[in-house]
Amino acid sequence: MTGNDIDLLDDTTLTEIGADLTGAKPAQILLLACGALAHEVLALKAANGWDHMDLTCLPAKLHLYPDKIVGAIEQAVTKHRAKYSEIFVLYADCGTGGLLTAKCAELGIEMLAGPHCYSFFEGNANFAAHEDEITAFYLTDFLVRQFDAFIWKPMGLDRHPELRDMYFGNYTKLVYQAQLKDSKLEALAQGHAKRLGLAYEYRFTGYGDLARELARKA
Amino acid sequence: MSDDQDEIILAELDDEELTLQMHDDLYDGLKEEIEESVHILLGRGWMPYEVLTKALVEGMRIVGIDFRDGILFVPEVLLAANAMKAGMFILKPLLAETGAPRMGRMVIGTVKGDIHDIGKNLVTMMMEGAGFEVKDLGINNPVDNYLEALVAEDADILGMSALLTTTMPYMKVVIDTMIEKGMRDDYVVMVGGAPLNEEFAKAVGADAYCRDAAVAVETAKAFMLKKHNSVSA
Repeated sequence: MTGNDIDLLDDTTLTEIGADLTGAKPAQILLLACGALAHEVLALKAANGWDHMDLTCLPAKLHLYPDKIVGAIEQAVTKHRAKYSEIFVLYADCGTGGLLTAKCAELGIEMLAGPHCYSFFEGNANFAAHEDEITAFYLTDFLVRQFDAFIWKPMGLDRHPELRDMYFGNYTKLVYQAQLKDSKLEALAQGHAKRLGLAYEYRFTGYGDLARELARKA
Repeated sequence: MSDDQDEIILAELDDEELTLQMHDDLYDGLKEEIEESVHILLGRGWMPYEVLTKALVEGMRIVGIDFRDGILFVPEVLLAANAMKAGMFILKPLLAETGAPRMGRMVIGTVKGDIHDIGKNLVTMMMEGAGFEVKDLGINNPVDNYLEALVAEDADILGMSALLTTTMPYMKVVIDTMIEKGMRDDYVVMVGGAPLNEEFAKAVGADAYCRDAAVAVETAKAFMLKKHNSVSA
């Protein structure tokens, strides 16, 4: 995987279809990830020369139907298991209510800790310490880029903007947890906050626990 | 559902046609049409309870089935709920005046640390539609809010909702406190929310997990019938 390959990864594809980036010759470890993490994982792989890790991504839109995540993970593990000595699931709980943790334990594979990507990007311990943030709505780099496909349209706000306050009326602020320092993304995130009628806060996180967890496999 | 809404004059439909049209209009989230139809049926001498159950609740039941089956999605359900809410707004004071069967009393709220209330609000509406008196505690409720309301309202049922994996364990805090205070067996405890499941409900000691508003209503009715039978026996 080269820098050019990373650039070629299309967010819409990652949202809708996912991406199988495994090659003909399998590496030692398979990273089985949410499509929403593809850019970040590839960037970490490239920066650290982690060529012993392959990446395959499930469609990020599975998050719109969390009850489908566990089955999709199991299916992917079954498909790839024979080719790899280890599979590392790059999902947090992601709304599965503990079922993904139970499934990974049953399959004997590791997964990321934490409730969501916006938690492990900040660092699960730091995120959990924000007791005053129950009215915060979080976006990562991927979610900022895919805001319309992932949030605005599936919630029907493109067709029925009057529903906005039914969804977001109890929120007070949008927190953009940035993995990269990118002024264009920041401007986009500010626009999203405005559309949702929320205050805006910028918080640079980098790759947080994702980097630390992948480094353990180096 | 219908493509020719503009050509239909609601007042010209007979009762059966109008009721079916209301099911369609609820499905399509047409608030004004629902309000107009409710007034028409009341004007024709329908009892408010009849309008509620035959037109609104039945219409939402159909919406609920199609939501469960993946034909409708959350935005459409919310629009339908808004339309039903508008109809209930007209009927509620009339129901109080004319009397309607009382199924039981429920206290409901989203747990501490959680501000999500769409599912809870749908359950509240459908429970009210089914004849339950519901005290809605809103969002972010600590254990004391639930316990005080259960006593104050002389409730039969406690409903707790959570959308977050991080907040759903709080349901166990509430149920454990009920056990400590010796009041657990006085109430039916129903739980719901996107990340919940049957196993979780059992693990925290709830009586039932309700995957959607329709299931919540059916579950509550079944528990009330059981309670009624055990009292009569």
